[in-house]
Amino acid sequence: MTRMSDGMRVEVDRDLCCGAGQCALIVPEVFDQDEDDGLVVLLEDAPGREHEEAVREAGAVCPTGAITVSG
Amino acid sequence: MAPRTDQHEDTDGLPDFPFSRPDAVAPPSEWAELREGCPIADVRLVSGDRALLLTRIDDVRQLLKDPRFGRQLDPAKGAARLSTADEGTVFTGSADVEDLMTGGDHPRWRRLVGRAFTARRVNGLRPGMRAVAEACVDRMRENGNTADLVSEYGFPIPVQVICALLGTPPEDVDRFSYWSETMLSETKYDQDEILAAQAEFAEYMLGHIADKRARPGDDLLSELASGTGDAWMSDEQLMVTGIGLLVAGHETTANMIGKMVTMLLADRSRWEALLADRSLVRTATEESLRMDANMGVGLPRFVTEETTLPSGEVCPHSTVISSLSAANRDPRAFEDPDRMDLGRSPNPHIAFGAGAHSCIGQALARTELQVALEVLLEQLPTLDLAVPVSELQTRSGVIVGGLAELPVRW
Ligand code: SF4
Repeated sequence: MTRMSDGMRVEVDRDLCCGAGQCALIVPEVFDQDEDDGLVVLLEDAPGREHEEAVREAGAVCPTGAITVSG
Repeated sequence: MAPRTDQHEDTDGLPDFPFSRPDAVAPPSEWAELREGCPIADVRLVSGDRALLLTRIDDVRQLLKDPRFGRQLDPAKGAARLSTADEGTVFTGSADVEDLMTGGDHPRWRRLVGRAFTARRVNGLRPGMRAVAEACVDRMRENGNTADLVSEYGFPIPVQVICALLGTPPEDVDRFSYWSETMLSETKYDQDEILAAQAEFAEYMLGHIADKRARPGDDLLSELASGTGDAWMSDEQLMVTGIGLLVAGHETTANMIGKMVTMLLADRSRWEALLADRSLVRTATEESLRMDANMGVGLPRFVTEETTLPSGEVCPHSTVISSLSAANRDPRAFEDPDRMDLGRSPNPHIAFGAGAHSCIGQALARTELQVALEVLLEQLPTLDLAVPVSELQTRSGVIVGGLAELPVRW
């Protein structure tokens, strides 16, 4: 699959995540949490424009800085 | 000069902490003064002991991330006493409990309990929360067009939600309301009362755990009680977990509902804005959490080594208190911090703490606050304060901050 090179990219660091679920509350289309340990699961590493603002918000408010947004 | 906090030093002349507030929802003036002039400040606690107070968000964030700042405050090791009756509790006795709650076994606890609080699970609880909130409004309506929003709305909702989640009978709420208040006592109860209440609470919870082990239900305690292998927890660990979640899930959210509604009604244009645009509910609850000036004493930590925070050094054996509320109004992080902006986004406030130990129940609390607000907007759009904010009294003598009463009309 080819990706648009100008879109936003998201990374999560499960070692930092504390499972507080802020991200999944804000954008459930992009972030979920593991049923087993509550830690973040990234559903979409190149989310569409319609989620851009919410993904940036999730990145900004994550209590452990586990979400990196680029692009 | 690096501040010190040897508790045996003379504390005369130090500012008394917590500071008094101009009214039930406004911040003490000392926060802004200290934040600008003395971000690592010496203060005197209600116990008479000395501590350091942090008011800038950078310092607070860094402290909360640094594991050298321990969550165990043992006065025998030189930590300050937080309350007037702080001589240990029945819950801090055994080593496996301490290890689970604050020590090396804590990540396992976060993982086991965190499963219950994922955003998806919490969203599944929404219809139930809504039903509870609507039932509260129905009861308020039956009694006329005035009510006390704290006792008739703010408290019943989270209590029923957490009881359903844990699988404890909601009828028991009056009993554990008293027990939990003693656990959060600062000056209100003496040591004998606190220990007696804790013993009763422990016995009550152990009874439930035995029950859940024998006859598991579809609830969190049953799920935790049936864990094996790496998920196994002792009776005592389960008891402390159950009590912790019950107290935390019940008190803080309940108080916050009252404070949030007060702030939103204190200026009618805020309420009108929400009535006109429900999509503001989520950001308005976040802004209420950020603006909460009455969050209680703050998070205490104890450090034995010499450490450095962005604003300066902290001496070994210091007890350090982070004022989350003061940090949430730090102009370095929030534009126009004393203005309530219902659409503020992003809003990286630290009302739930920060870092790996930030509140495990925050998705639940946020959802409850949102539902509580949505239901009021829908069912009681004409809601208004029945007394001026200046007449509202706060609860005193306990470490959680809230209103004693919130008279409203509609
Ligand atoms: S907001 Fe951050 S800490 Fe919380 S679940 Fe998402 S990634 Fe993890």
